[in-house]
Amino acid sequence: MMDLSAINPILLLASLMVAATPIILAAVGELVVERAGVLNLGVEGMMITGAVCGFIMAVNSGSPLLGFIGAAIGGAVLSLLFGFLTQFLLANQVATGLALTLFGLGLSALMGQNYIGIKAPEFPDWHIPLLGDIPVIGPIVFQHDPMVYVGLAIVVAVWAFLKFSRAGLILRAVGENHEAAHALGYHVVRVRMLAIMFGGACAGLGGAYLSLVRVPQWTEGMTAGAGWIALAIVVFASWKPMRLLLGAYLFGGVTVLQLNLQAAGMAIPVEYLSMSPYLATIAVLVIMRSGRAPGSLGQSFHASR
Amino acid sequence: MTQPLLALSGLTKAYPGVVANKDVSFNILPGEVHALLGENGAGKSTLVKTIYGLVKPDSGTMLLNGAPFTPAEPRAARASGVAMVFQHFSLFDAMNVAENIALGMENPPPQREIAAQVRAVSDQYGLPLDPTRIVGELSAGERQRVEIIRCLLQDPKLLIMDEPTSVLTPQEVDILFKTLLKLSAEGTAILYISHKLEEIRALCENATVLRLGEVVGTCDPRTTSARDMAELMVGTALHVPERAARPAGDTILALKGLSAKAPHQFGTALRDITIDVQKGEVLGIGGVAGNGQDELVAALSGEMRTEAGMVNFGGESISHLGPNQRRKIGLLAAPEERMGHAAAPDMSLVENAVLTATTRKEFANKGFLNWRKARTFADDVITAFDVRTPGSNNAARSLSGGNLQKFVIGREIMQDPDVLVVNQPTWGVDASAAAAIRQALLDLAAKGAAVICISQDLDELMEISDRFAALNEGRLSDPRPAQGLSVEEIGLMLGGAHDMEVSHVDA
Repeated sequence: MMDLSAINPILLLASLMVAATPIILAAVGELVVERAGVLNLGVEGMMITGAVCGFIMAVNSGSPLLGFIGAAIGGAVLSLLFGFLTQFLLANQVATGLALTLFGLGLSALMGQNYIGIKAPEFPDWHIPLLGDIPVIGPIVFQHDPMVYVGLAIVVAVWAFLKFSRAGLILRAVGENHEAAHALGYHVVRVRMLAIMFGGACAGLGGAYLSLVRVPQWTEGMTAGAGWIALAIVVFASWKPMRLLLGAYLFGGVTVLQLNLQAAGMAIPVEYLSMSPYLATIAVLVIMRSGRAPGSLGQSFHASR
Repeated sequence: MTQPLLALSGLTKAYPGVVANKDVSFNILPGEVHALLGENGAGKSTLVKTIYGLVKPDSGTMLLNGAPFTPAEPRAARASGVAMVFQHFSLFDAMNVAENIALGMENPPPQREIAAQVRAVSDQYGLPLDPTRIVGELSAGERQRVEIIRCLLQDPKLLIMDEPTSVLTPQEVDILFKTLLKLSAEGTAILYISHKLEEIRALCENATVLRLGEVVGTCDPRTTSARDMAELMVGTALHVPERAARPAGDTILALKGLSAKAPHQFGTALRDITIDVQKGEVLGIGGVAGNGQDELVAALSGEMRTEAGMVNFGGESISHLGPNQRRKIGLLAAPEERMGHAAAPDMSLVENAVLTATTRKEFANKGFLNWRKARTFADDVITAFDVRTPGSNNAARSLSGGNLQKFVIGREIMQDPDVLVVNQPTWGVDASAAAAIRQALLDLAAKGAAVICISQDLDELMEISDRFAALNEGRLSDPRPAQGLSVEEIGLMLGGAHDMEVSHVDA
């Protein structure tokens, strides 16, 4: 028997924001990387590496904050490997990215061997004074852990950076036409390396959010495809930060909803419910999609002659 | 004598296997329009990239206003007052005009101010341009304006222009020349690179000629004949294609109301194109790039299918046939883009020959390729068209642009087509190779085939066409006999300066 009254809409919407955060973090990093003209398919690998690095750091130091910093560094270091291979040795970006994912999965399993079954240190929710006391909206929006807001802040900052800053204009120029950017005297490889490191750091944060807040413990392969969803959302969001937010919330929302429906005993096979977030996200973003990929996306650049 | 603005002495730059510049020395005076002449591969581009800070010379010095000038990067060159308009525009399609201009400036003001400055400069120099438009939607002439205004906003002392007129209509060239002369009168020196000699004679006061990386001469273009300058560039007497008068033959290809939607976002729709092409004629189709050339080639070659009855070959509709079926009946095409469209860059010349010639030359038997036959064919093309390559097993990518173009055109001609469609057959090809390609097209027509030559080089079209028609926004003008057409008439057929086009946009 299904009991829909067991689903609390306020709780549902509140957990939506939490469920979307790892995807938002990973996707916004990849968005910057792709706007710079680099296709890094290693998001999943960088996420899981960030998850394990963050977990190790947090457990050993007792501070979740240090854990997140460690996760960002771990993700960025792994992305440097990708950057070195693709930007300096001109390796194929698709193949290198796929290899990075496999490498990250293996590396994290190795690093996390002694951490299985341990619980992460508590990362308390912020109860924002005044705003958090507003009925309905307060519990939904203003009573989360700080990383939820960090993720949102990064999205807004990326949006403003791309739209208003000179550096953002240069980054877009490099992604749009790297030959022309080079001819105008911009450092294509330098810009791309910085973008790749930012993407790695963001993916690492997203991974650590899973291992430190959502689960919160370490298991092998715990990202379970979140990195791929982040990649898909970047494409379907037409490389626009605000649409990315929408896609991630939609995904998070349907994920939480289907979990609740499962718990409420809905008479649909669980498998259908499990696939629903993926289908819903892709369907909506495909319908809404507009614009085109950055002109130089995925192409190697070499300043010959 | 006044102090030169820029003095180059002994500039040398070598790449593995090639010396691009060898001991190049010359001076540019303030306010002069100085031409830099030379064939493809003569080292012009390397030289201007050196001045613009993109290439570091191996040896030699540059003096700007008497002070040593060694720009480490374009930024430094721009800061010293050197600006450059590139041959292949250095623009970003997905961005608007103001953003593109900001990217070429050192310390750009906010977007709104740039917009105001763009309007001011475009009024002052008669270069109309809307700063909020997306660059991908602009015509070639307008795109060049973006580049020029980007340079002008920085108040340059030296403006380098790399083949600026190759994509412009005669009227647009006029506008450009007026701008350049005005700049020169205001004291800006201009280094003008081109291989269009008549233009240089009209514009420049001084010319330096490069051949194989070395300065082989200087001259005053106003008093030197175009032929003498050409021979200085090439180093030998130039061969001018000959053509015999031909009687009109039967119609072989007929387009009837050919219309098609634009295949992609920045493409052009074809609108109601009707024309008969006769055996033995060369039909020249002019027009500024982006007015439907690629789409017309696609509709003719079979890459783009059209409605029944629109494309007719020998009296029958072939609109539904694909490229290979059209090849079979004798309609061949050589598209504009050599790398990746006309040829697969990483495949050998033999493999590239198989790709289009297997239908007519029957290289395949029951699905198996006869490589010996294919190699013989590729070797024949290489010999007949003087393609300079170590052998037919070399990758297409390894050939220079001109040589690959000779191969691509030769490959189609050697299949004995009844109709051959070529797009920009001599784009980026040096003078002697271009002459050879044009002669081959004329010879093909003399044998009774129809040749449709789409080009932006009007001199080329006038040289080889029997009839001339112009493409403008996907429409084809009525063809007119090429002999006796004046530049003004051609300009009007092309749709005049681009700004006059607002009046005939579809309602």
